[in-house]
Amino acid sequence: MALDSKVPKGPIKDKWTDYKNKINLVNPANKRHIDVIVVGTGLAGGSASATLAELGYNVKAFAYQDSPRRAHSIAAQGGINAAKNYQGDGDSTYRLFYDTVKGGDYRSREANVYRLAEVSANIIDQCVAQGVPFARDYGGLLDNRSFGGVLVSRTFYAKGQTGQQLLLGAYSAMNRQIARGKIEMFNRHEMLDVVIVDGKARGIIARNLITGEIERHSAHAVVIASGGYGNVYFLSTNAMGSNTTAAWKIHKKGAYFANPCYTQIHPTCIPRSGDYQSKLTLMSESLRNDGRIWVPKNMDDVLAIREGRKKPTDLSEEDRDYYLERRYPAFGNLVPRDVASRAAKERCDAGYGVNATGEAVYLDFASAIERYGKEQAKIQGIDNASKEKIIALGENIVEAKYGNLFQMYEKIVDENPYKTPMMIYPATHYTMGGVWVDYNLMTTVPGLYCIGEANFSDHGANRLGASALMQGLADGYFVLPYTIGDYLADDIRTGPISTETKEFEDAEKDVRDRVDFFINNNGTKSVDYFHKRLGKVMWDKVGMARNEKGLKEAMAEIKAIREEFWKEVKVPGNANEMNPELEKAGRVADFLELGELFAKDALIREESCGGHFREESVEESGEQKGEAKRNDKDFAFVAAWEYKGEPADAVLHKEELEFNDIELKQRSYK
Amino acid sequence: MNLTLKIWRQKDASSKGQMVDYKVTDISEHMSFLEMMDVLNEQLINSGEEPVAFDHDCREGICGMCSMYINGEAHGPDRGVTTCQLHMRMFKDGDTITIEPFRAAAFPVIKDLVVDRTSFERIQQAGGYISVNTSGNTQDANALPISKHAADEAMDAATCIGCGACVATCKNSSAMLFVGAKVSQYALLPQGQVEAVDRVKNMVAQMDLEGFGNCTNTGACEIECPKGISLDNIARMNRELMKASVKG
Repeated sequence: MALDSKVPKGPIKDKWTDYKNKINLVNPANKRHIDVIVVGTGLAGGSASATLAELGYNVKAFAYQDSPRRAHSIAAQGGINAAKNYQGDGDSTYRLFYDTVKGGDYRSREANVYRLAEVSANIIDQCVAQGVPFARDYGGLLDNRSFGGVLVSRTFYAKGQTGQQLLLGAYSAMNRQIARGKIEMFNRHEMLDVVIVDGKARGIIARNLITGEIERHSAHAVVIASGGYGNVYFLSTNAMGSNTTAAWKIHKKGAYFANPCYTQIHPTCIPRSGDYQSKLTLMSESLRNDGRIWVPKNMDDVLAIREGRKKPTDLSEEDRDYYLERRYPAFGNLVPRDVASRAAKERCDAGYGVNATGEAVYLDFASAIERYGKEQAKIQGIDNASKEKIIALGENIVEAKYGNLFQMYEKIVDENPYKTPMMIYPATHYTMGGVWVDYNLMTTVPGLYCIGEANFSDHGANRLGASALMQGLADGYFVLPYTIGDYLADDIRTGPISTETKEFEDAEKDVRDRVDFFINNNGTKSVDYFHKRLGKVMWDKVGMARNEKGLKEAMAEIKAIREEFWKEVKVPGNANEMNPELEKAGRVADFLELGELFAKDALIREESCGGHFREESVEESGEQKGEAKRNDKDFAFVAAWEYKGEPADAVLHKEELEFNDIELKQRSYK
Repeated sequence: MNLTLKIWRQKDASSKGQMVDYKVTDISEHMSFLEMMDVLNEQLINSGEEPVAFDHDCREGICGMCSMYINGEAHGPDRGVTTCQLHMRMFKDGDTITIEPFRAAAFPVIKDLVVDRTSFERIQQAGGYISVNTSGNTQDANALPISKHAADEAMDAATCIGCGACVATCKNSSAMLFVGAKVSQYALLPQGQVEAVDRVKNMVAQMDLEGFGNCTNTGACEIECPKGISLDNIARMNRELMKASVKG
């Protein structure tokens, strides 16, 4: 099947408006007769559910947690971008569009990104109207901060809990519709397959996670909003339950999976402390507004710090290597995430890591505390303030900005980050790749949509900070509710979709067989045993730096782990009860397939772009020596994979990327 | 360190539960409490027993899913943390730790340490929202200046994670801190004024219907709240309710 992105014709700035004017609509009286299933209730799924219900569709929403409010969007800390230009610093829709395409290393679809930038301003209006308590300045207007990879201040925030507040906003909009009966909410339910009838997505099979019951649910369209697949690495900043199952199931039923190798390794996470570690914790990128990243210049100091003979605060300015400021003077500590992560890895690989594992760098707030302290002393009219006074005043400001993050750090690491620099190291955080969708956010299966992190479209090979929340809400509030109408306009006479058909029966049988297999397998090893092994292969060979040899090994090793998994996995308990191990087994089985496709995708992409760094593709000379080398001639395409059984047999379809409004350039943050 | 765990085991909502003793060894002080539970579960799986079911997800203190009652305290002995943020350095070698589910009539046990908190959902559905269409045709966000003080105070109330520690801690199983936080967030913002009367009435009525107890001002909820939601929110909710009853 040829990929058709269905991008409308016309100048980029008019595409979305013109398209909306011409799209098919469903009459309000007919919407009452149309059902839509939404899987996942984070920012994308929650906002889509609320908006679709408000438009008049009957929505059935599914979440594996006990409430939509628990979805992992809740953990997003730093903020949400919008081209409001409230700061008057030169921002515009075009600039947000440009920054996002450049930040994504020219591997995203222009028209989608422009639309995202276009609706971004509206998101802020919408959220304020909902009562989201964004940070404000003393004049009562909205405050902004800066994020990596841009030169303007366009990030709106609610302390370090922006994702929480935006999700609670979408959740409140959902609650209004649940109360009206327009959304039927299925908490503690997990989608285990999609049902295709006559080539169209017409329902799902879900497991009730309390009773174990396998249920059939039908609808006229199905929307997948199940988030990213970062947990393929076992350790990531994702929630423990975050999984790829919904996305992978639809892939197996015909939806192409795009660019799985584009994964974001976030530079500022709390380093790993031991083998028992179950997840990693992010420290918001917003900290890079005020924190300076460094390692010691001299190996003697590195060793002294590791052995506890010296403290980081003992080192003078001359003995510190602020390596981001040194390598990238224009952007300094605010380079994009992929660049910051690789730079940390480079220093640690060279032996300058500052903790026992050798995998940590410092994020230091001392100069920000001093700067804010002096500013406050002036504002408060304190002449000749003592150093202690200045530090105390500065710490108050830093606490007001990042208090919850500092507290989170202190609880985990047991060190006070106001007094000693934080230790950080990169960790898997977000997946730019995902289910392939067209301009309508429809997958290659008619009636099957994919939104938010679960799709691939907007972030190219690297996502800029504070853009995930923007995309989730843009898709759910402002894009999908329009585009889905175009499809559903043909369904106004269809009537309710029956679940008593062969298609539902077959899909249910497959799900039951798999559940029964796990329960009866009586293997010898736990699900986590396999998940950890998969994670190690992914991190070592498909992590921050990749090469041909390692990727080929990874594919073979993942296949071997998968084969062993199916022989030896042990799932205690029964099928017809709450059984967390059974849930995990299903999810890890899917990760074991995705992981191999991920490595295959990384193997064919013989260039470095964004989060995907191939050791074979670096600049050999000049100012950019050692930096990632992109190859636009051969690789300016989206790699969309068609399922053919074994992941290694997946068939590649290319969507060539055209750049009419942006000139392709080497990303330079120097 | 080596520890003895006394854990509530209950097959399902209709079965009777009981405390069961387990031993775990070689626990590192750097582990989180839930990582210690992972060690126990791995041990149980390998010895052919059923692991202990417990709710958890983000493991960074924000989703509100984890919910254990540890040594008589919701989310355990530390302050300002959820169970997933509680670290084993709070315990000593040889300790016996008692782990129970959150106990309240409105939070029935589903299995082991997992409880049903959908009563919270229904309270939110009764009025925990502003009736504004998500169409995007709203006024510009800066058309409505809001004092920094009010916005900050609303934010403090809005940081509630809906974990239910307040209910589990309260001797009356009152949900007033939870409901007060949501009512306060909207009461402090101009956007919330239009529906203020109905909101507080409906949310409080639903709270009573769910079987939560009343507030007798002991303040235990505020101490155990992982997000430090202030008791002032309960006072504000009561004022709002009073105003609403006058306005009809």
